[in-house]
Amino acid sequence: MTSENAVGVVIEQLSLAYDTTDVLKDVDLRIEPGELFTFLGPSGSGKSTLLRAVAGFGPTPRGRILVGENDVTRLPPWRRNVGMVFQSYALWPHMSVRKNVAFGLEERRTPAAEIPKRVDAALDMVGLLELGERRPSQLSGGQQQRVALARTIVVEPRVLLLDEPLSNLDANLRVQMRREILDLQRALKLTTIFVTHDQEEANTISDRIAVLDDGVLQQVGVPMELYDEPVNRFVAHFLGTANLMDGRIEAAAEGARFVAAGGIALPLSGEAHAASENRTAMFRPQDVAIAAPGETLPGIILTGRVQHREFLGNLLRYSVAIGEDTLLVDDTHHPGRRAFAVGEEVAVGLSGEQVRILER
Amino acid sequence: MSLEAMARGQWGPAVVGLIIGLFLLVFLVAPVVNVIYVAFQDPNTGALTLINFVDFFRTSLFQESSINSIYVALMSVVLASCFALPLAYFTTRFHFGGALLIQTLGVIPLIMPPFVGAVAMLLLLGENGSVNLLLDEWFGFTIPFMEGLNGVILVESIHYFPFILLNLSASLNNIDRAMEESAQNLGASGMRLFRRIVFPLAMPGYVAGASLVFLKVFDDIGTPLLLNVNNMLAPQAYLRISSIGISDPMGYVISVILVVFSLLALWTSFLALRGKDYATVQKGGGGLMKRDLRPWEKVACYGIVVFILLLVLSPHFGLAILSLGTVWSFSVLPDAYTAAHYLRVISTSSEFITNTLLYAGLAATIDVVFGTAIAYIVLRTGLAGRQWLDYAAMGAVAIPGVVLGIGYLRTFYQFNVPIIDKPLASWWVIIVIALAIRRLPYALRACMAALQQLSVMLEEAAENLGATKGRTIYRIVVPLMSGGIVAGFVTSFATASVELSTTIMLVSQESDAPLAFGIYEFMQSAAGRGPGAALGIIAVVIVGIATYVSHRIIQRKDIQRTPDMAVVTGV
Repeated sequence: MTSENAVGVVIEQLSLAYDTTDVLKDVDLRIEPGELFTFLGPSGSGKSTLLRAVAGFGPTPRGRILVGENDVTRLPPWRRNVGMVFQSYALWPHMSVRKNVAFGLEERRTPAAEIPKRVDAALDMVGLLELGERRPSQLSGGQQQRVALARTIVVEPRVLLLDEPLSNLDANLRVQMRREILDLQRALKLTTIFVTHDQEEANTISDRIAVLDDGVLQQVGVPMELYDEPVNRFVAHFLGTANLMDGRIEAAAEGARFVAAGGIALPLSGEAHAASENRTAMFRPQDVAIAAPGETLPGIILTGRVQHREFLGNLLRYSVAIGEDTLLVDDTHHPGRRAFAVGEEVAVGLSGEQVRILER
Repeated sequence: MSLEAMARGQWGPAVVGLIIGLFLLVFLVAPVVNVIYVAFQDPNTGALTLINFVDFFRTSLFQESSINSIYVALMSVVLASCFALPLAYFTTRFHFGGALLIQTLGVIPLIMPPFVGAVAMLLLLGENGSVNLLLDEWFGFTIPFMEGLNGVILVESIHYFPFILLNLSASLNNIDRAMEESAQNLGASGMRLFRRIVFPLAMPGYVAGASLVFLKVFDDIGTPLLLNVNNMLAPQAYLRISSIGISDPMGYVISVILVVFSLLALWTSFLALRGKDYATVQKGGGGLMKRDLRPWEKVACYGIVVFILLLVLSPHFGLAILSLGTVWSFSVLPDAYTAAHYLRVISTSSEFITNTLLYAGLAATIDVVFGTAIAYIVLRTGLAGRQWLDYAAMGAVAIPGVVLGIGYLRTFYQFNVPIIDKPLASWWVIIVIALAIRRLPYALRACMAALQQLSVMLEEAAENLGATKGRTIYRIVVPLMSGGIVAGFVTSFATASVELSTTIMLVSQESDAPLAFGIYEFMQSAAGRGPGAALGIIAVVIVGIATYVSHRIIQRKDIQRTPDMAVVTGV
């Protein structure tokens, strides 16, 4: 059942509109053979629409979609051979599990003698061999999910499409299923596109991620790169909590520095920064250190007052008012660690290497 | 059909849509337009004129008929409300043993033609009926239940009150408990709570049911004719055409007036329901808060319920007794009992039964096939003008049976069917077509509701796995719609088997006649009442069995809840 010759997917200049509303705008993507690629974005970002366009559902888009060498843009869904697992699983309630899984093979005119063997193999792969005679309504959510997977992979599609497959599962099962999906994908070496709005899910499972917002492709990269080097505010925000400050870069004798609109000045290090207006400084809350005033801290030290405090288990998240700016500061929590109270005066420290400059 | 539709593989639905559209055009739109056109035509010169309407309103018989029809329809709504309101309110509002039984028994009147019950009602409640004989004997007075228009009102309201019961119960059951609780939480209770929350939320359902009752009563011809009340509009239309002839303009004028009133009733219902799709039920079950009755309340409630049920089921009791009685005249009950009537109708009139099964079966089959196709085209394709198929098919609701019958006679009498060499208007197939057109709205609503409940994803999953549109319809859509399709079939079949107002115009020879027509013929003479009643009971049994079997099929299929409310309302 292994796809020896995994194929890539190329999306070229894809635009799509429902009536007059543009849902996708000039999306260009290249998904490598055998890759687990994720479309990540908030609801309404166009990620599901893009996935459905690959499968052939929804309005006919402008642009091109290539699966391997084939241009599938104008093919009807049933001739594309891209297997899709639906968010709601879309198991047919009037058919048993086996019948559900056999459906695609029957539609492909697979020899009748071969069908039971392949159905068995697919059900075995997802660990449901003994539940074949059940109706979908008699299965748990996780089991339904596995049937949906088996039903799709049994036809050996050239590409596997997963539309928020984990969103209907509870938290524990979600973690387990995403491992199983990853294992299955690796075992089959099957080019897979995964759609999610959950950045943690995307980070843990993906080879690469494409971040979408408002129908526009924002950035493509491996998870860590997106987190560390976001190209804009949206990506910075969507992949985790971020401090974002608008301001400008000033050149000075000792090196460039960023001056926020509120007045905070941060020295910049690394590559040379030319003086420029309209820039945004980004740094993660865990890169900021917090201490009582007067204690030693790395980097530049600012003083402010604790405005809010959230206990998140592994860390304490402070928002600290410094002049007119507010910084989020994450402090790792462990027993005995001192917690600052709301209203208390604190010092925060930040080194220039942690600061990324984004275009506005 | 656009090029793009063709490119997207929609030529199949487009062709089917065109065929159905053509069918509706020929057998629904054209005859009705023809009727309206003739009403405005000078009978001698053929020029367009209002003279027929002027004549109509100048004739005292027609003035009287108009007033009578409106009076009977309105009073029937009032009386039907009196039957329906307590049943609906008690069963949805209180913990009430046998609520389901009450709701079921309350629907039984629908599965019998109203005129059949009329004869039984005469024998039970008429001037010399059982009740009045007893009243006279015991108290020395009688009550004119069945005198003139009273009889029509009583029979019609007994027959059609389930429309109000079902719609109102559905509305009440759809009110989420949280609606009531939040009102209580904000300080409302008792009558204020009822007036400000329960009543407005239940009102659309009531109005929808009431306007349906008005429409049905206004269009019915069998009941007034059997009760010998001829001075009403629908019977006049029939009498003019059947006695004076197909060229008499008055029949057409009356038809136009009937259509106008039907449209008015539907429009009222539409206004009541527009923008008031109060599907307030959230997760976790709906319905009003039910409370327990105090003992004396319980006694009173059950008393009222039993009285109403006895009254509304009396046509069935009466008919059963009549069908088994020897002579029943000027006596409380028949003199003796016999099975002779049944034997007689089965040996001599079995073609009525086979005709009915054939006609209603064919009509219902056409209806579910068209209903499924229209539902699919409207909900699943982007074909231009697809909504018009829906509108046209639903338009049949507004066309009274007698109007459709007149339209068919006028339009298809000149059209000779080749091989059998007969006018299409007097070929038995035209009865099937008329029944199919008349019942299409019922089947269509059932199919629509079934398809609406079906997630598009289930179809997309099939296409994704290699099934074409056609294969997807065959393997996924139709099997999953089967609950709704069966429900639509049964509703169409059951109501078509007891239909009279169109068939009475179209039956050209006795051997082509269906049950309802046969019963009507039998009931014309005193001697035929026994056999007529036996036929009536057979009709009820057929419809009852069909309904029961389909319920079993639907339950076994274990498909989602069937949209029976949508079926019953038919609008």
